[in-house]
Amino acid sequence: MKTVTLAHGNGGQENNELIKEVFYNAFKNEILERNEDAAVIEGGKLALSTDSFTVSPLFFAGADIGKLAICGTCNDLAMMGAKPKYLTCSFIIEEGFEVSQLQSIVNSMKEELAKNDAIIVSGDTKVVPKGSVDKLFINTSGIGEVLYSGISSNNISTNDLILVSRDIGAHGATIYISREGIELSSNLKSDCSSLFPLVKALIDEKIKITALRDATRGGLSAVLNEWVKQSNVCIEIDERSIPVSDEVKGVCEMLGFEATSLANEGTFVLAIAKEDANRTLEILQRFENAKNASIIGKVTQQYPQKVVLNSSFGTKRFLDMPCGELLPRIC
Amino acid sequence: MVKKLQLKDLYDGFRDPKTIKAYKKLIDIELENYDKTINIMEVCGGHTHTIMKYGLPQILNKKINFVHGPGCPVCVMPKERVDSAYELSLQKDVILVTLGDMIKVPGSRGSLQDARAKGADVRFVYSPMDCLKIATENKDKKVVFFAIGFETTTPMTCALLEQVIKNDIKNILFHINHITVPEVMRALVDKKDNKIDAFLGPAHVSVISGSKIYEEFPLRYNKPVVVSGFEPVDVIESIYMLVCQFVQNRVELEVEYKRVVSFEGNIKAQELVDKYLIKTSFEFRGVGTILESGYELREEYKKYNAKLVYDEILPKNRAKENKACRCPDILSGVAKPLDCKLFGTVCTPTNPIGSCMVSSEGACSAYYKYGNLLK
Amino acid sequence: MCLSIPSKIKSIDKDTNSCVVDTMGVERTACLDLIDQEVKVGDYVLIHIGFAMNKIDEVDALESLKVYQEIIEKLEEKEKQEALNG
Repeated sequence: MKTVTLAHGNGGQENNELIKEVFYNAFKNEILERNEDAAVIEGGKLALSTDSFTVSPLFFAGADIGKLAICGTCNDLAMMGAKPKYLTCSFIIEEGFEVSQLQSIVNSMKEELAKNDAIIVSGDTKVVPKGSVDKLFINTSGIGEVLYSGISSNNISTNDLILVSRDIGAHGATIYISREGIELSSNLKSDCSSLFPLVKALIDEKIKITALRDATRGGLSAVLNEWVKQSNVCIEIDERSIPVSDEVKGVCEMLGFEATSLANEGTFVLAIAKEDANRTLEILQRFENAKNASIIGKVTQQYPQKVVLNSSFGTKRFLDMPCGELLPRIC
Repeated sequence: MVKKLQLKDLYDGFRDPKTIKAYKKLIDIELENYDKTINIMEVCGGHTHTIMKYGLPQILNKKINFVHGPGCPVCVMPKERVDSAYELSLQKDVILVTLGDMIKVPGSRGSLQDARAKGADVRFVYSPMDCLKIATENKDKKVVFFAIGFETTTPMTCALLEQVIKNDIKNILFHINHITVPEVMRALVDKKDNKIDAFLGPAHVSVISGSKIYEEFPLRYNKPVVVSGFEPVDVIESIYMLVCQFVQNRVELEVEYKRVVSFEGNIKAQELVDKYLIKTSFEFRGVGTILESGYELREEYKKYNAKLVYDEILPKNRAKENKACRCPDILSGVAKPLDCKLFGTVCTPTNPIGSCMVSSEGACSAYYKYGNLLK
Repeated sequence: MCLSIPSKIKSIDKDTNSCVVDTMGVERTACLDLIDQEVKVGDYVLIHIGFAMNKIDEVDALESLKVYQEIIEKLEEKEKQEALNG
């Protein structure tokens, strides 16, 4: 690794390599090394997380960069069982950017903050010369109050079942087809949404939660692969039970993608104690953005640190960490 | 009962687990009293991908052995050509346009991805026709289309060239790297130590070329061919058809993928290719130079030929391959990916050494991605 | 090699010799320059890198699906018999 390429931002193998070799090396500490969606600090009382948003286009079917910036950070907090409370945001704006667009982005941020009952308490604005950034980058950081402690991707065991909260890949597919040069159209919408209300419902109903993770870049396969390594287990997935919408399937067929590697922004993976799995499903399905929640697999020791996909005709294969830049295939 | 065909049937019907299981059983029944191994080469990377993704070797009768063929156009791209693309992309006045698969392929200096990180204007398109838009938007630049692919993809490049000529577009050039299937198949069966008993014929190459291009293999080489679609049911049905040929002592050319493949193929596409391109030799990475296995622009279209226009800056030296890499053996069926010392250790999809690891349909890459369970 | 996908023709534009195809709810324009037979709205075509390469023969596809169904049924019947003869 001599120079940083786009592959280093894919949420997959190269991304992890860069983080480990450069950042972990320098910043190493016990909290960081737990490698969770948000850091749990102050004796387990608070959760802290940060995320930057560089999506292009800024406005896309189902959301915009503003909504994304709030959901992203709030969801990371929710994944640690925390209620998002205080956020900071900073804007890096390219000169020439239209104020009306900025207003519209800020409005969607406001709307999404309300859904999480969180507030922005500090911010920063920088304007840079044309070409220094692509229109607008946003960073948000957030502090949440931990309502349910002990959630960790390092504690998954054979007592858990694996669930996914809805059909996967909608965000990744939506962004990809809105790119220049792809020229596809569909009714597909990003799944971008706030997950705290769902997590809150699970906590209120006393569900035994082992781990939660939102399947952002790198998609479902990245989350599962991170989990099997962190908890030293094998996760066996029943391929047919992974919910995928027809449109996402269509995009995958056309461009040669795997839905399991596509990004999500309002879809999370759950490791839940076996006895609570069916109840979890029932609770999740009450929510509009989790109607297709599904139990997709179990935890075993068959191939530790590997994710296995079982086909419906008796074959199995490993589901690998996504690698490389996401590119349309002709082959 | 006449049923109307739904689009979904064209996908799900040919991926149906019950049908896959049924063909597995039929193959077992046929092979019950057959005591030899049948080595089937799937020529095409698309088949390799299907076979590995669906784990077919795990359920298929052990008398069936797959030999993974050279039919992945980016895998067999010699390093020199990748180096040419790399060099072209670094020219100030050039926008290098290619199809997605090419971006990651490493040459001796790096991949196009690396060139882009260095500031080169490298773009991938879903369709060659998208070059027209890029050319219109960048009149001060030369758009070089780095054209790759087998027979399937060749006519699309020619259709673009036709539009370029028709509309007198001055800033699109072509670097042609198109290749053809029968010549490389012949080169493999001509090798003395080859292990190939039969061929699974490529699906979409045959849509364009017709199944006629495989006639010589049963006739002259005594090797049965079944042209197969890419869905798992297509593949397993084709294997069943090959097995029947062996059991019944037949050596024939058959087509399983009849819903799109004809004997003559797409004549209009073939004529378009003939109009603009001429056959030339091509060096297949991992196999060697094969006469008449590639295409080049005809003399009368030389002003569109990036190789001539940029002759001065294009690299002329042959690039070296890693000696321990067993891609040549893998492509001729002598070795499997797991037999290679580099496999999975030095050579991985993120850092491919040999051609078979380069694209997701190369044999090594497919093994790496899906096949670890076979260890 | 050569990822090509079955799609359905939604509309045809004679001026640009192109059509709009649908692949499970995803639409794209595809060029018809390589098609040497008559195509109409509702036909199934095989799409490769933005081009329709060929029409898909519906009768043949249906025939295959029918054969598959028969094979499955025959094998199931055979297994039933074998189980009975035990």
